[in-house]
Amino acid sequence: MKSAVILFPGSNRERDVANALRRAGGAVEIVWHGESELPTGTDLVVLPGGFSYGDYLRCGAIAARSPVMDAVRAHAERGGKVLGICNGFQILVESGLLPGILTRNRDLRFICREQHLKVERADTAFTKGYAAGQVIEVCVAHGEGNYFADPETVARLEGDGRVAFRYCDADGSVGGLSNRNGSINDIAGIYSENLNVLGMMPHPENLVDAAVGGTDGAALFSGLAKAA
Amino acid sequence: MTSTEPAITPELVASHGLKPDEYERVLKLIGREPSFTELGIFSAMWNEHCSYKSSKLWLKTLPVTGPKVIQGPGENAGVVDIGDGDAVVFKMESHNHPSFIEPYQGAATGVGGILRDVFTMGARPVAALNALRFGDPEHPRTRHLVSGVVSGVGGYGNSFGVPTVGGLVGFHTRYDGNILVNAMAVGLAKADAIFYAKATGVGLPVVYLGSKTGRDGIHGATMASAEFDEGSEEKRPTVQVGDPFAEKLLLEACLELMASGAVVAIQDMGAAGLTCSAVEMGAKGDLGIRLDLENVPTREEGMTAYEMMLSESQERMLMVLHPEKEAVARAIFVKWGLDFAVVGHTTDDLRFKVYLNGELKADLPIKELGDEAPEYDRPWVETPKAQAVAAANVQTQADSREALLTLIGSAELSSRRWVWEQYDHIILGETVQKPGGDSAVIRVDGGPKGLALTADVTPRYCEADPFEGGKQAVAEAWRNLTAVGATPLAVTDNLNFGNPEKPEIMGQLVGCIKGIGEACRALDFPVVSGNVSLYNETQGRAILPTPTIGAVGVLADVAKSATIAFKREGEAIILIGDTKGWLGRSCWLWLVAGREEGAPPPVDLASEKRNGDFVRSMIAAGVTTAVHDVSDGGLLVAVAEMALAGRIGARLDPPHSGTAHGWFFGEDQARYVVSVPESQAGTVVDAASDAGIIALRIGVTGGERLIPGDEAPILLSELREAHEGWFPRYMAGPAVDAA
Repeated sequence: MKSAVILFPGSNRERDVANALRRAGGAVEIVWHGESELPTGTDLVVLPGGFSYGDYLRCGAIAARSPVMDAVRAHAERGGKVLGICNGFQILVESGLLPGILTRNRDLRFICREQHLKVERADTAFTKGYAAGQVIEVCVAHGEGNYFADPETVARLEGDGRVAFRYCDADGSVGGLSNRNGSINDIAGIYSENLNVLGMMPHPENLVDAAVGGTDGAALFSGLAKAA
Repeated sequence: MTSTEPAITPELVASHGLKPDEYERVLKLIGREPSFTELGIFSAMWNEHCSYKSSKLWLKTLPVTGPKVIQGPGENAGVVDIGDGDAVVFKMESHNHPSFIEPYQGAATGVGGILRDVFTMGARPVAALNALRFGDPEHPRTRHLVSGVVSGVGGYGNSFGVPTVGGLVGFHTRYDGNILVNAMAVGLAKADAIFYAKATGVGLPVVYLGSKTGRDGIHGATMASAEFDEGSEEKRPTVQVGDPFAEKLLLEACLELMASGAVVAIQDMGAAGLTCSAVEMGAKGDLGIRLDLENVPTREEGMTAYEMMLSESQERMLMVLHPEKEAVARAIFVKWGLDFAVVGHTTDDLRFKVYLNGELKADLPIKELGDEAPEYDRPWVETPKAQAVAAANVQTQADSREALLTLIGSAELSSRRWVWEQYDHIILGETVQKPGGDSAVIRVDGGPKGLALTADVTPRYCEADPFEGGKQAVAEAWRNLTAVGATPLAVTDNLNFGNPEKPEIMGQLVGCIKGIGEACRALDFPVVSGNVSLYNETQGRAILPTPTIGAVGVLADVAKSATIAFKREGEAIILIGDTKGWLGRSCWLWLVAGREEGAPPPVDLASEKRNGDFVRSMIAAGVTTAVHDVSDGGLLVAVAEMALAGRIGARLDPPHSGTAHGWFFGEDQARYVVSVPESQAGTVVDAASDAGIIALRIGVTGGERLIPGDEAPILLSELREAHEGWFPRYMAGPAVDAA
């Protein structure tokens, strides 16, 4: 699998996700946001976490208008896979590749902590390493991860099975205190209509190593590597 | 200020923080009256913050060398060899005065400044820590300050992309008018690729990089060299505004530039901005510097030479470059969208000459600007010794259960989760031990090697006995590194005190430095960088003496690092070190008995070394399952923290000696609690005994309760409620913003 990790000014988890992809056996190229084309043979585009353009204006708003984003959009339209994590998710919604918006966390504070997620379905390119309904432990680190969309959009996402992950506790009970940012329907990640674009707030890339917190994030990357 | 510069009057001199005798020194040095710009330059170079004029004499007594020290104090940060061609680069620095006036930006730019110090040396920052001191929780301003400082620290570090992995937060009414924000940054570099401020070569371009210069922060360093009075609120314009996004770009651009081989010398623009950085690069290299200020990128029109020389706008660097690489260097900065301007060149006349549009604004001897700064041997008096407090002479109604719940749910000892959950502590994917343990542990480039990091000081000990308190700060840092299994390497010190012109305050500074020196020598723990913050006083009331020690240790294999959490039921709990039941200045005496008095626990450095080396060897041998140093709150608090972290209770023996409160809550030093499998308990106790170390088997892990001897048990759930509850409850309380 060949991945292009897009580097925007202010990205800061590009090395983390590149490391996770390489551990899964993938080839990774870091691509500067000013490029107008993706490397030939790119299977997966990753928009990494960080504070692109300082999160000034709105999170992801400026990066969504970077030169490289036209190529990313074209890649997605061709059915190519796109993964946006944290700030990458914010960029995906700002660029129209995914619906809805991400607003400030409910308690208005940045949150960094371990976080359990429920994997909603295991038949997409991103989740084939998991079982449907499986509870995994990853982590979150964001100030603006409160997912919101209008009722029709949420109904469509739910009806079409496009919710990828939900915040839950260790026993898999969804919502309540485990949804710390206030996201609607406890949504932690969503797919595009064709299931080839995934945006998620939590960081699977930081949980791929038993020595550093755990390995529950690794299956996302190994699943992708096998899919390609 | 317009193009005509104001006349130099005694009032103008005084408003620049220069005393009459210091101004005399200026006149003698240059043989004429200084220009307005020159007066500004002197005030920037000769204030306490930049010149260390009150502390230098005593700082010279600290041990600063060692076989692994690559760079000691005097550069942007200290550098220590960690083997395999790697080096750790670190420093701690205060941003106290600005953080009190404008907590978010003050704290944010404190973090930004220290990160810049580290990457100026060619290191990529891999961890940040901070030591924060606030006033009484009930003081109307405290909540506002905590909220602002914590979000400022997080706001900058999270965006920049460095994990904030550790630190400390304390409260005491003596910080009501002067909070402390001490920020530490740690970076990694190759030992043979460290960059320095010393310029070499005549006629080389002096290049300005980073953000534009504005009018913010003018006289920031001068403000940080004076006491606060009722008008301090008006100093808000002297606080700089941080832009972590610009700093992240500056980091990437600087590291790329350094790798290109274009950099001769580099200095970040921190306190006193362009003045300090240019003078330092020239003076260290025995060169003159000429600046042409019309080339400085500015945010505002019509800035004067005076304003440009004193601005403390953030995220700026000054470099001397190889001329043939100028185009390469410029291309790197253009790519990252940062300003790049040649603003001067090196000369051979040892003068610091500043021109604006061809007009000479300053012409000063460059070496003397730093070297001839005033240096004082300020009068000092030793702090009177306090009486020891005998446990038998202090009784309260509280049993151990009640005292423990009080302590562990207090402002001083409760969980700091509310704070560190606002810091991204996992980015970079190398955080092995996150906040909440004795030291943070991070891996070096995927491991197995790692670094242990901690920041410590017990100000209430320093207040009662500066010498013992100084020793204790170093010993506790050393112990915290040891408790995760690391070999302690070196320290950075951040000395926060009141007004040194008062002999009793100067006595605290002297006593603490002597204590730090003694402990660092005994423990082979050199001081490689540091910072002094004086005049932390408001209307004559000084802070507690607070010499924060930031410390770094190395682990050969992070997989072998110890944590504080009990791992299994039915394991033996062993207390290592001697327990006399020392209650003077303890948390128990302060928070349970309501008395802040007595002598603090003495620190026997030989015992520290012996006990610590023993614990480290047991961790390396894989014998221990959990390790925790015993510090604030004493034995029962330490065991409670181990139980909470591991979700496993413990049954403890009744006191082996003395009173229950002395045994369970005394703060005798050089002690650790470890858990070991039952089968190993005898061997460990015997091995300790052979090494001349007191090791007592004091209990067994298991259950959902903590049982202190024959006294009433405490449910872990009650303990957790008390421990985790204080901070969120406090912060959710009535928000009273002191206007």
